[in-house]
Amino acid sequence: MFFKTTTLAATALALTATTALAQTEISWWHGMGGRNGEVINEIATKFNEAQSECHLTPLSKGTYEEALASGIAAFRSGEQPNILQVFDAGAATIIAAKGATIPAEDMITGAGKPFERDAFIPGVRNFYADRDGKFIGMPFNSSAPILYINTEAFAKAGVEPPKTWEEFEAVAPKLKEAGYLPLTASQLTWQFVENFKSRNNQQFATNENGYAATEGTEILVNDDATVMMFDHLKDWADKGWYGFYGAGWADNQKPFEEGKAALAVGSSGSFGGLQKTATAPFSAEFLPYWAALGQGTQSFIGGAALFAFSGKPEAENKCTGEFFSFLTQPEVQKFYHQATGYVPITTAAYELAKSEGYYEKTPVAEVGIQQLMLPGGEWSKGYRMGFYPQIRTVMEREFNRIFSGEVTPKQALDTIQSEGDALLAKFAKTAG
Amino acid sequence: MSVSIPARRRAPAPPAPPAKRVQFDRPVTPWLFVLPQLVVVAVFFYWPSVQAVQSSFYLEDPFGFGASFVGLDNYRDTLAAPEYRMIAAFTAFFAAVVTALALGLGLLFAVKADKVIRGASAYKTALISVYAIAPPVVGLVGMMMFDMHIGPFTELAALFGWQMQVGINYWDTVVALVTVAVWKQIPYNFIFFLSGLQSVPASVREAALIDARSGWRRFRDVTAPLLAPTAFFLLIINVTYALFDTFGIIDVMVKDKPANNPITLVYKVYLDGFKGNDIGGSAAQSVILMAVVAALTVAQFRFLERRVHYG
Repeated sequence: MFFKTTTLAATALALTATTALAQTEISWWHGMGGRNGEVINEIATKFNEAQSECHLTPLSKGTYEEALASGIAAFRSGEQPNILQVFDAGAATIIAAKGATIPAEDMITGAGKPFERDAFIPGVRNFYADRDGKFIGMPFNSSAPILYINTEAFAKAGVEPPKTWEEFEAVAPKLKEAGYLPLTASQLTWQFVENFKSRNNQQFATNENGYAATEGTEILVNDDATVMMFDHLKDWADKGWYGFYGAGWADNQKPFEEGKAALAVGSSGSFGGLQKTATAPFSAEFLPYWAALGQGTQSFIGGAALFAFSGKPEAENKCTGEFFSFLTQPEVQKFYHQATGYVPITTAAYELAKSEGYYEKTPVAEVGIQQLMLPGGEWSKGYRMGFYPQIRTVMEREFNRIFSGEVTPKQALDTIQSEGDALLAKFAKTAG
Repeated sequence: MSVSIPARRRAPAPPAPPAKRVQFDRPVTPWLFVLPQLVVVAVFFYWPSVQAVQSSFYLEDPFGFGASFVGLDNYRDTLAAPEYRMIAAFTAFFAAVVTALALGLGLLFAVKADKVIRGASAYKTALISVYAIAPPVVGLVGMMMFDMHIGPFTELAALFGWQMQVGINYWDTVVALVTVAVWKQIPYNFIFFLSGLQSVPASVREAALIDARSGWRRFRDVTAPLLAPTAFFLLIINVTYALFDTFGIIDVMVKDKPANNPITLVYKVYLDGFKGNDIGGSAAQSVILMAVVAALTVAQFRFLERRVHYG
């Protein structure tokens, strides 16, 4: 009897051991919380159920910045995860660290899966790729800054939503008369600097927006066009057409949620949340551009991408490649798109959602992806600047000073220019 | 950070006779006893400090692929930045104001609570309970109180015609930060002052009562000197608190986006090092901070402790 039990136990043990051994464990660190964090777990579960060789474990590391910092610290001590989610502004830092990552493209082809750059929608092809278009990061949660419209406000004021900033200036007085704050914006850096550049096809940095080289790259923010944009913003704020509520995202979105603001520049990824929080009915349009400057080219992709760390065993890399390939499947993309509000990144996924009539029910969900599919310009592919999160911090500081009246827009942008260049020069030295 | 106050006295002129000295059989024995403590201190305090000093002379890529020696460049860049000097000035101001207010109010409450006879423990518990709240929670509460859309303090200020804009207006944010930081620290000071007051012997109090009728004079001439050791200890703790432990409050109140909001030097170290991946610059900043704190502590002991009389 005793013998029998032990054999059974041993067999059971051996069995669990074999199943555990047969599966290759891979890890994924990310910077998402709340509902978006739950969706990441659901994606991992789907992947784990779809195949039996690999087992993926996602782990939240806090915010985007914290995820990047933890990933870097882990890499330095040789404890890096297989996959790290890195946000748009941090992309240059990890891409410049050659040898820290393996290009996503190589991961997928290495796992024996097909990879087609043209399968991705135009707006996501270059942002996380190298100069030749090779995908270094795997675009994951992708968003675009769009214009949310309080339809009630526009009906009351008897005007049409603007497509350009010139049109905005024409309708703003009427919106104000109707008792609304005409405009708010949740993140000036992303929406009025980075995507002011992309939508108006303006150069953002020397060295081909930073793609050609790290050495000698300089930011371009105190040019006439950018100064013009911020002169207008300040003027609008003074006239009561634009409400500035500091650097925090939620504080700026609040007046729109409360139905007090007529327009809000926000993320295409926010529409799921807005559906719950906005008190007035809303629709959406592309982020306006200046008719005087350009034709309204596609915007930069926002959000984050997944990077595969180097220094991992072959079997694990194969699983990472499998997972990246899994993410490009239309069904998976569609699920993620609909669960979060982030845009689908492949044409096939977009077509799938469209064919199922998703956008007829929720037209707002289509605005972001359509904006990313607009014709591109020379400067709308992306930008690559090291220490960019710090440059954004400088911008946020200076923008607060503009709207508290301490400095003029030109002075603020001059400061950003000089401090930004100093940070870029420092980055070039560290990466060199 | 813990600070212990040794009762330092002037060394007696003749060497003390070996009256009651504990003798160990072998000279290594005492070292074995202190070894665990030494290891902890070395691993958690000295080693990181040495690392910080070392990193501050290098420019390093975030992933650790290579570092180049740059001498004092990181220090020069740090000290030359107008932004850094502004933050340093704010930090000094913040530490002074928070320490003064937290000590002053803590003492005031302690003196008043000491006089209460009926329901004394209820008052004390009410005053002390705030101390049990974690700094980030305090920050959250503060953030709600001063929220620009719904904060009750913002609404109160509006009644007096003050349009508070915490998060946009620099000085409005300073007011909010100082208020919350002081509120968090008062209970700590209160506990120590109260126990200090209660250890004043009844005989001394009664004698003082005969000598002086004015309550203020009794406090100045008798109570205050007897409270001096407590006050000195609290001074060091409060300065350290304002410089370092307010991190959680600041982090929550600036909502991860410092912009032009007031921040302290230690928060700047975190921003540049952890969010900006600038290891060398951040290390230089923390070395400067270490030097400042060391100098401050030495100064406090040298100039202030002399005036403190340990009973």
